[in-house]
Amino acid sequence: MPIHEQSLIRPEDLRTHDQLVVDGVDVSGHWSTFIQSRVVSDYNEELQEQIASLPGGEYIHRCWQCGSCTNACTVNAVNPDFNPRFWIYLVRMGLESELLRDKEIIWQCVSCNKCTYACPRDVFPEGVMKALSHWLELKGHTRKSPSTVFDEEFTEQIIRRGRIEEGRLMRRFFARTGQRLRQDWLVEMARRLLRHLPVGLLTRMGLSSLRAPRARGWAGARDALSEYVHEQNAGHRRALGLADLIETARQDASGASGG
Amino acid sequence: MSENKADKYRRVAYYPGCALEGTGHAYNRSTRQLGKALGLDLVEVPDWNCCGAMEAKNVDPKVQTYLSARVLSLTANRLGMDVVMAPCNGCYHNLKKAEHDLANDPGSAEVVERLARKAGDPAYRPGDVETVHALEWLKAAIGEDELRRRMRGGLKGLKVANYYGCMYTRPRHIFPEKDSGPGSESTAKPHFMDDLLAAAGAENVEFPLKTACCGGAHTLSDSDMSTRLVLNILQAAEAAGAEVIATECPTCHSGLELHQVRAEKKLGVRTGVKIIYFTQLLGLALGLSPRKVGLQENVSDAREVLAARGVT
Repeated sequence: MPIHEQSLIRPEDLRTHDQLVVDGVDVSGHWSTFIQSRVVSDYNEELQEQIASLPGGEYIHRCWQCGSCTNACTVNAVNPDFNPRFWIYLVRMGLESELLRDKEIIWQCVSCNKCTYACPRDVFPEGVMKALSHWLELKGHTRKSPSTVFDEEFTEQIIRRGRIEEGRLMRRFFARTGQRLRQDWLVEMARRLLRHLPVGLLTRMGLSSLRAPRARGWAGARDALSEYVHEQNAGHRRALGLADLIETARQDASGASGG
Repeated sequence: MSENKADKYRRVAYYPGCALEGTGHAYNRSTRQLGKALGLDLVEVPDWNCCGAMEAKNVDPKVQTYLSARVLSLTANRLGMDVVMAPCNGCYHNLKKAEHDLANDPGSAEVVERLARKAGDPAYRPGDVETVHALEWLKAAIGEDELRRRMRGGLKGLKVANYYGCMYTRPRHIFPEKDSGPGSESTAKPHFMDDLLAAAGAENVEFPLKTACCGGAHTLSDSDMSTRLVLNILQAAEAAGAEVIATECPTCHSGLELHQVRAEKKLGVRTGVKIIYFTQLLGLALGLSPRKVGLQENVSDAREVLAARGVT
């Protein structure tokens, strides 16, 4: 497997000894550095299938590890640990515990689609990143990322009203992630905007954030979409073998409250 | 560009999208004013809904396909029109993607049809409506020569970095008309904005980050990442000698504005380059007033730079 951008030797597996003699040979000091051997025995053979069952992950099996995705990646340029090629490799090999080492950064994919543009095998790595983030959250390996909270709030607003009002979206997102709306940079931005904004527009913006915009004739679409999203979520849990678990938890909870 | 296409684009359906009714209002205003000044008809899609933006697809990709297909269906069935123009990169991208998925992925087509039936919308048949970006619309309907003839004042050598963002060119497969020989747009090195602004008298600087990402999808959920990505773009534009960055997407535009301020506050890094919609620049070049193109609605205040060049 050609691996150029990721070392498989971890710094914590490098060993040096100040005083060590092996079979009469002095191997003390930095010049004889050892690599701690590592054995992987906890393969999750269903990992690739599980990722492929989630939206975006469908084409992970096509990957031939050329690394074009990582080479093109926007986030990789900022953080070299963000490595789509490597994660696709781990999934295909079933190396779940290795994948979990990076679980806190996988959601940071910015969906710029540079990987998908560069990929010669139509793996759609951007979609795979989304499937990985969902998998981590569904399996309970991570909490919902701020990005997922934003996506859900956004989509709920669309389903309810057919349109988005950005002020409301921002307030709700900051509330759901426990952040203050009065961030100094947001306040500064508002200050600069107010300096030259006409009163008429301000009134209009204020009104639209109170009276959220709606698409007309939306009720039918709203009902159809809510039902569909509900169905899909149940389907994803089933595919990951989580449906039984949730049912058991639900029964436990109702049993406890009944008793 | 064929005469045919120029005629066809003189009257198109207009899909502003949610952002253009909020933070991107200046883009909406300048696009409409530009249409009026150039004698192009924009007919707003009635009862339009959100296209799903960058978010709905992460809940479920087919939700986005349905949302975008509904806009195409309204264009075809309520307006009886076959071209819809979307100035927002996100809307444009999603409509193009829906078109592609409906034509090529039976699974998506089946779900969208089922949802449309339940919702009581008329179905959309792929191929009925062509989606174009504001850049493609102006390039085909007016073109550089016509623009040069109509110039009143022009941009007087204003140094511009043209910023296209992600969604206008990626991924390649949803834009079959791009990369198709002379006169077509390039996905690797887009040039439609460069062409139009050059015709309007701007001096386009050699800007290497035309299609770099501003982190728009995570502008609030991963602000530190977005600030770094935006700062890259701003500093590269300054290094290239740009006075302004011309934008063609409300998410990119407000992302650049927001994180320019955030970089000052959080990192103490100040950048002076101004951010302005390409439609605002074209409007000014045609002699429209700063107020008409909504210059007062931008956070990044370009008025001084423009006045110094004698553009306003």
